[in-house]
Amino acid sequence: MCHESSGMLRRAMMLLGLLLAASFAVSPATAAQDVVAKAAKAQSTADHSKFKELQGPFANGPEVTKACLACHTEAAKQLHKTTHWKWEFYNELTNQKLGKKTVINNFCVAVSTNWPRCTSCHIGYGWKDDKFDLTSEQNVDCLVCHETTGTYKKFPAGAGHPVYEEKEFPPGSGKKWLPPDLVKVAQSVGKTSRRNCGACHFFGGGGDAVKHGDLDSTMTNPNIELDVHMDAKGLNFSCAECHTTGSHEVTGSRYATKAVDKNGIDVPGRTDDTRATCESCHGLTPHEKDAKLNDHTDRVACQSCHIPEFARGGRPTKMLWDWSTAGKLDEKGKPVIKKTADGKENAYDGMKGDFRWEENVVPEYRWFNGVIKYTLMGEKIDDSGGVVPINRLDGSASDPDSRIWPFKRMEGKQPYDKKHKVLTVPHVFGQDEAAFWKTYDWPKALKVGMQSVGLDFSGEYGFVETEYWWPITHMVAPKEKAVACDGCHSRDGRLAKVGGFYMPGRDSFPWLDKIGWALVLLTLAGVLGHGLLRLVLSGRKG
Amino acid sequence: MQTALVFSRFERFWHWSQALLIIGLMITGFEIHGTYQWLGFEQASSLHKTMAWTLIVLWVFAIFWHLTTGQWRQYVPTGQNLLAVVRYYTVGIFQKDVPHPYKKTVRAKHNPLQRLAYLGFKLLISPLIWITGLLYMYYNDWPALGLGGLPLGTVAFLHTLAAFAMLVFFIGHVYMAAFTGHPWYSYLKGMITGYEEVEE
Repeated sequence: MCHESSGMLRRAMMLLGLLLAASFAVSPATAAQDVVAKAAKAQSTADHSKFKELQGPFANGPEVTKACLACHTEAAKQLHKTTHWKWEFYNELTNQKLGKKTVINNFCVAVSTNWPRCTSCHIGYGWKDDKFDLTSEQNVDCLVCHETTGTYKKFPAGAGHPVYEEKEFPPGSGKKWLPPDLVKVAQSVGKTSRRNCGACHFFGGGGDAVKHGDLDSTMTNPNIELDVHMDAKGLNFSCAECHTTGSHEVTGSRYATKAVDKNGIDVPGRTDDTRATCESCHGLTPHEKDAKLNDHTDRVACQSCHIPEFARGGRPTKMLWDWSTAGKLDEKGKPVIKKTADGKENAYDGMKGDFRWEENVVPEYRWFNGVIKYTLMGEKIDDSGGVVPINRLDGSASDPDSRIWPFKRMEGKQPYDKKHKVLTVPHVFGQDEAAFWKTYDWPKALKVGMQSVGLDFSGEYGFVETEYWWPITHMVAPKEKAVACDGCHSRDGRLAKVGGFYMPGRDSFPWLDKIGWALVLLTLAGVLGHGLLRLVLSGRKG
Repeated sequence: MQTALVFSRFERFWHWSQALLIIGLMITGFEIHGTYQWLGFEQASSLHKTMAWTLIVLWVFAIFWHLTTGQWRQYVPTGQNLLAVVRYYTVGIFQKDVPHPYKKTVRAKHNPLQRLAYLGFKLLISPLIWITGLLYMYYNDWPALGLGGLPLGTVAFLHTLAAFAMLVFFIGHVYMAAFTGHPWYSYLKGMITGYEEVEE
């Protein structure tokens, strides 16, 4: 018995030893998986340059689309249903109709009557007025999202078309726009890249870095300091890596932000199959080393600590746009331009007014549950001196679905109807006499603008201060650069203005502190006095 | 009068390590509270937590020691001689050659005032600071513990209150125990060597 059991023991020990050794060496099974994984690095099974449909010649964009649709028969139908195409978004939570077609912002204010300029960022061709045919399949622009040459650019005033002959823009600037080689471009198609999405999303608001603050041209090829996920030399994520798509609808819209993704890590078949939240990959308790950090995820969005500042890539973002000063022209009748101190941007532009630009901006923080309500066209505003919100964030400390989120707070000063008390739609772009950039006549521009959206303009206009809250979610910094504890846990930290809860390091009970320190000082004075008195008396008598 | 071992080796170890931990906890605690910035919140709170757990472990041993040795009886309050001791510290100590009215023995080494002070430390200040401190540490588990409705501010308030009480005790104790003997350092010396002059 004894001998037998010791033999078994020895065998068990050997087995254990083998297992240990195996765990240090690479096991054959894992190695095989690695080889397969390497071979499985996605390569398309189609070389579009070999397709006879794509040999051209193509006179314009829609002709290319026609060729695409010959094989991708359902693509245009899918796109017709998307926000990217419709510029319309219905938010069930707030019962509001949003989308570029509908909302007012505090940048260029509104799309209506300014179509060809604004729709240079539409994924279609020819949306030059409000009569655009949204059912046209051939007018879907496949190339802007899928071309990979980097030579295809929509012309800034071309209603979504590139140039087909050489043009100058802005007029008189000497900047030449050359027609792209549509055959080469069409044959290059592939998956979307950061440059494709960035062609519009990096330039929102009329220029590089203007709008979002966390999206600008420096994100085309960011380094790890700027964004750990999109780091061109590292993970090199494309936008679609997180903004997963289904039937061409892209997930992760700002209009309906997911303030917290309680699904946690996405497992195919079990969850919602979108990765447009941090939690989709990192889960709800992602910190391995310091468990205390996980205690924050029920109240603080990942972005609040991991995006310490936005506009970090070297391009300043616009923080304020004051339309009220627009219209100053020089002696030649040209808009006055004043540069910022660093020369990077315009501090004043006669066409647009005064700006404030900032780099490395510390976000503003607010409670947020993902619900955003917009001040829509025709909605009454309060002009009694306060700031009019372009959008309002829902959420509070007492709401378990709210998290503290970082935001860019865009400040504006924009025209409104003083009598009707509504924000106005200015007709800015165009060659007609009413266009603000033609005649710099506010009443004319506002009248035509308001008419176009079916609203009455009283003729009395003024300028009102507005604010627009932009959730910050890109430019994720390396973890060493995340906001440290005392970024918030301090008397005047980042969360100084965020209310509804007690936070150690920030909050105290001032009267308790006063009484407490008073007692401490009294005790100290008492013992010192006692000791001193003893010393004095003993010296005198001794 | 004779010299005897009044503070055993464990008792001295407990006293001095507890003293160091309490000083450390006060320094880090008031930084966490936002009173000043020195180590930074992250390091202060991490150290605070480590020292708190160390002190808790020390107390588990100390409680065991008190119960098994019967030393807990040293802290049973008594009114006998209390006024005399108070009169000594307020009047007699300033006069020449007024002796301490309390005659210390090995079985009753604390005077009535000490008994009261240490009992208050052990039964009021410490439990309050620990219960609120542990609650603070496990803030995220409150809902699971059925404490979901408890506001953090209340716990923070009581913890801070206890911390001030601890600091007041600390100042009073350091003065009384380190500077009021004959010679002035005699109690301090006793706490270090363990030996003191006692009645038979």
